[in-house]
Amino acid sequence: MTDERFIFTAALKKKLIIIGLVGAVMFVIGVIALMIGGDHDSASHGAEAAGHAAETGGHGAVSGQHEGSWIQRVYANLWINNVYFAGIALIGIFFVALQYVAQAGWSASFKRVPLAFGSWLPIAGLLMLVIYLVASHDLFHWTHEDLYIEGGEHFDEIIAGKRAYLNTPFYLARTIIYFSLWYLFYRWIRKEMVAEDLDGSTQHWKKLIGISAGFIVIFAVSSSMSAWDWILSIDTHWFSTMIGWYVFSSWFVTGLAVITLIVVILKENGYLSLVNANHLHDLGKFVFGFSIFWAYLWVSQYLLIYYANIPEESVYFVERVTSDQYAPVFYVVLLMNFVFPFLALMTRDAKRHALFLKIVCPVVIIGHWLDFYLMVTPGTLKESGGFGFLEIGMAIVFGVAFLFVVLASLAKIPLVGKNHPMLEESMHHNI
Amino acid sequence: MDSGKNFLVGIYEDEDVLISAVKKIRANGVKIHEVFTPYPVHGLDEALGYKRTRLPIAAFMFGFLGTALALLIQSYMMATDWPMIIGGKNYASVTYVPVTFELTVLLSALGMVGTFLVVSNMKPWGKARIFDERSTDNKHVMAIDLDENKASTEVITNILNENGASEVKPKQFDD
Repeated sequence: MTDERFIFTAALKKKLIIIGLVGAVMFVIGVIALMIGGDHDSASHGAEAAGHAAETGGHGAVSGQHEGSWIQRVYANLWINNVYFAGIALIGIFFVALQYVAQAGWSASFKRVPLAFGSWLPIAGLLMLVIYLVASHDLFHWTHEDLYIEGGEHFDEIIAGKRAYLNTPFYLARTIIYFSLWYLFYRWIRKEMVAEDLDGSTQHWKKLIGISAGFIVIFAVSSSMSAWDWILSIDTHWFSTMIGWYVFSSWFVTGLAVITLIVVILKENGYLSLVNANHLHDLGKFVFGFSIFWAYLWVSQYLLIYYANIPEESVYFVERVTSDQYAPVFYVVLLMNFVFPFLALMTRDAKRHALFLKIVCPVVIIGHWLDFYLMVTPGTLKESGGFGFLEIGMAIVFGVAFLFVVLASLAKIPLVGKNHPMLEESMHHNI
Repeated sequence: MDSGKNFLVGIYEDEDVLISAVKKIRANGVKIHEVFTPYPVHGLDEALGYKRTRLPIAAFMFGFLGTALALLIQSYMMATDWPMIIGGKNYASVTYVPVTFELTVLLSALGMVGTFLVVSNMKPWGKARIFDERSTDNKHVMAIDLDENKASTEVITNILNENGASEVKPKQFDD
């Protein structure tokens, strides 16, 4: 069997760059529109914001100069996109590791597509650090020093009690550790997979089972902890024991939808000749099943907070449901991420046909972006958040950059590991 | 003559031989009643020309019934028959979700099991026809209903033997 390689053609690169430029232009238009009309916006929302932001009321004086400004919105969106795409990259490796640990055969024919997602990790890690260093005061309430001065005007006992965990040096160290470990494992898994191409023995496959098991243990801890750091700590007073799982499920289903979509598109362009309707069926099942899993966690988080109705917990949902801005997103997210994929992917035929997957996967991908938008924006921008050209433009720029890096990485090694011991099984996959 | 009492049973040792035999026998115009295998054989359904199971439709119907029943019973109990306000919440709310979810899953699963048992003739009052006990051990057993086929027993026996059957024997049932 000859090596099948993905060719990242100049035409495709050009197309991606054009889409990226369109996104950049939209972003700039969005920023300019905010700079011109920004005062009006923040004035109209100012009254509401003051009511909602009781906890930040005292602290408003510190960050007052930024309140409702366009730069804050840019920071918040950088954070949304970076957390979102870092998650997709991470899920790519997690998916590969999962296949090795389960000794799954069916996925051998396309396993290098999710593997390539890992190439985005160093960029995501770098951005994560840079955005934090630049915008920590705009994103994270807990980074303000005056909250910790006992007896001071802005002293916050609850946040001060969390200082052992939430402080800049430890926070940065954790972020660096997560990304270093993830990237290390990505390189390690990739190295063994490439070595297998030249060697042909099963020793690499056996070794990969061990490496993958190690990665999954680390992933289990780090995916939850990174969710606390990057998402939960935005709403510093709020806490949810579900957030680690919730963020993981959102990442996972997005990652699965991206894998499915890329596999379908590659297949339609003549690549991945070993992939057939049976593999698409299994990928479709993954997207279907984990959409339900996400909804399950959503309810688990919402229901308990709703029923207990403890003010410091329910404020999180009050901010979202009672706001004219966020309430529509709140309900749209449920429709796009649960109701639609649940009904659209229910039948066997839907999961086996590329057309259905090409409709459902983008909806899920956008829906979970909105989910992250909903997790980050109300906590950072309060009522002065918005949704327009700025948000769409930046998401497009991030998406194109992600695809560019991933596809370039995909083109570097053969698309299918020809010596994968399970390749034969994958060819005869029949469900 | 009542149909479905006189059978010809072919024993196969190997699944690849079995699948190619099934295809060739069907190509010869012989109707195969059923094939019993000790373990699931991939590709056998297609070779036998079976249509996809309609079990998912039953699953959906039972699941939907569960959803409807759960919503009905909860709104009757909590909001109509003896309205209860707990923690100042609405009667109908997100609190219905767990029960609705559980009943949907429960009825869907039980309904599917029940449907499967009935259509597979494994209902309590059903009578099993054992063609050859070795189909639970190490042999693939192909049953051919002689009453359904026009060809004579000798012709079918020959076709089975030509296509790799290790043993061919008649089998009668009284009922």
